[in-house]
Amino acid sequence: MSWLGALSQLLALVMALVLAPLLTGWVNQWRARLQNKSAPGLLQPYRMLHKLFNKESVMAEHASSLYRTAPYIIFSCMLLACAIIPTLSTDLPLSPAADAIALVGLFALARVFISLAAMDVGTAFGSLGARREMLVGFLAEPALLMVLFCASMITRSTSLTTIVETLAHREFAIYPSLLLAGVAFTMVSLAENARVPVDNPDTHLELTMIHEAMILEYSARHLALLEWAASLKLFAYSCAGLAIFFPWGVAEANSPLALLLALPVLLFKLAIGGFLLAVIETLSAKMRIFRVPEFLGTAFLLSVLGLLVNVLLGVG
Amino acid sequence: MIVKFAPQLINLFATLILLLSFAMISQRRIVTLINLFMIQGATLVAASFLLGYATNQPDLYVSGALTLVLKVIFIPWMLHRVIRKLNVRWDVETLLNVPTVMLVGIGLVILAFSLALPVSRLSSSLAGGSLGIALACILLSFMMMITRSKAVPQVIGFLSMENGLIFAATAVTNGMPMIVEFGIALDVLVGVLILGVFMFQIREKFDTLDIHNLEALKED
Repeated sequence: MSWLGALSQLLALVMALVLAPLLTGWVNQWRARLQNKSAPGLLQPYRMLHKLFNKESVMAEHASSLYRTAPYIIFSCMLLACAIIPTLSTDLPLSPAADAIALVGLFALARVFISLAAMDVGTAFGSLGARREMLVGFLAEPALLMVLFCASMITRSTSLTTIVETLAHREFAIYPSLLLAGVAFTMVSLAENARVPVDNPDTHLELTMIHEAMILEYSARHLALLEWAASLKLFAYSCAGLAIFFPWGVAEANSPLALLLALPVLLFKLAIGGFLLAVIETLSAKMRIFRVPEFLGTAFLLSVLGLLVNVLLGVG
Repeated sequence: MIVKFAPQLINLFATLILLLSFAMISQRRIVTLINLFMIQGATLVAASFLLGYATNQPDLYVSGALTLVLKVIFIPWMLHRVIRKLNVRWDVETLLNVPTVMLVGIGLVILAFSLALPVSRLSSSLAGGSLGIALACILLSFMMMITRSKAVPQVIGFLSMENGLIFAATAVTNGMPMIVEFGIALDVLVGVLILGVFMFQIREKFDTLDIHNLEALKED
């Protein structure tokens, strides 16, 4: 492990922590603008976090220790996920710890804990949200795995850094299977990040919410951690998508100059991606919950189709 | 530059056509269905032009232009007119169990791919690999005709199957003889015109476009 590797790992972590709320703020701002509302400031998520961290936490009377520890577990899961996805550089000392399959496992672990915590205090909305989250999760996970396998099949590795390295630095080629996987990935990330066709992150209408219903009982620093974890998850998904489908600009090992250049490139890509997310959210209407399995089933089938096309057309 | 990437681009277009076939299977709204069919036609046109340019065969330009005029401009325009006149423009078809249909679709794709793999190894053409995709599109459109109960989606299924056929012919043989192309184009045109008349007749007789009404021999 070189000092440059450690530096880029540290940089990736700090950047994820700092940029994740900014990305959420950026998406919210564009969404408000596109819907003809007056937009909140770009720094609104930071103000929110600041406010929540300074409040006194109120616990439900029957809350167990699981309820108290869950936010910390979820937050660290998301942080680790951000650490192993190559955002700026592929020279990440932490990345051998977890490959693409373990990444999906990390998200699953966070999901299990948030659902358990939601059911822990025993309110009706918590259990309702947890059930719905599980309904979304068990369909989204296989689809996400298949998308990652599409990329793995092309690059013959499940390690995220190797995937990005191979895709970014080999001779430019068009992979039709990545087109299918890209569509599937977009659908999965919309569902996983509680975005509009599946769930509305801003809703407080009790009967339709999924993610909000689960964190309804949380307050103060626990809520802040969960909100931050949600931003980190969005950031992780965006970076994973950018890394697999638009890998250009990610720095290789032992190139400090490229590392400097990688940051503005990443910011540019995230800005475009966030804007497109806001456009998708504005253009689509929220689905009935019973349509969600169909939506995610389609995503799964598309990613399987990607694998099949890969087999038919031969790996480049 | 373009010639270097031509095989990859053809494969990309083939995948797009397949993606659109799947989108059509799961689409409930008739207007969107027609628009999807139009996009599929446009992709086919792009693929023929590209293949014509890459292999230096002017025949394929004519074939592409024919597809452009018929499948991207004329037939969608006519279908839009028909659904406006029949007042089914905003019709939403209740599909039976989309996930099951999609699963069967994946099965069909696997079947088509495994059938086409040995054949495409023999083909020396630029885009031999996409034979399997073309075959899958044909089977998927076929399934769409079977699963739909309204007349307009069935017609679109028929036309989309024809798209798959043309693509298969273009991909494997680098284009059919011109006279055959013209024959097929004329067939499709006449077919659509006749089916259009049929739709009006079905509507007049039963007040609906649901073709289940045609299954009974006499009215009860």
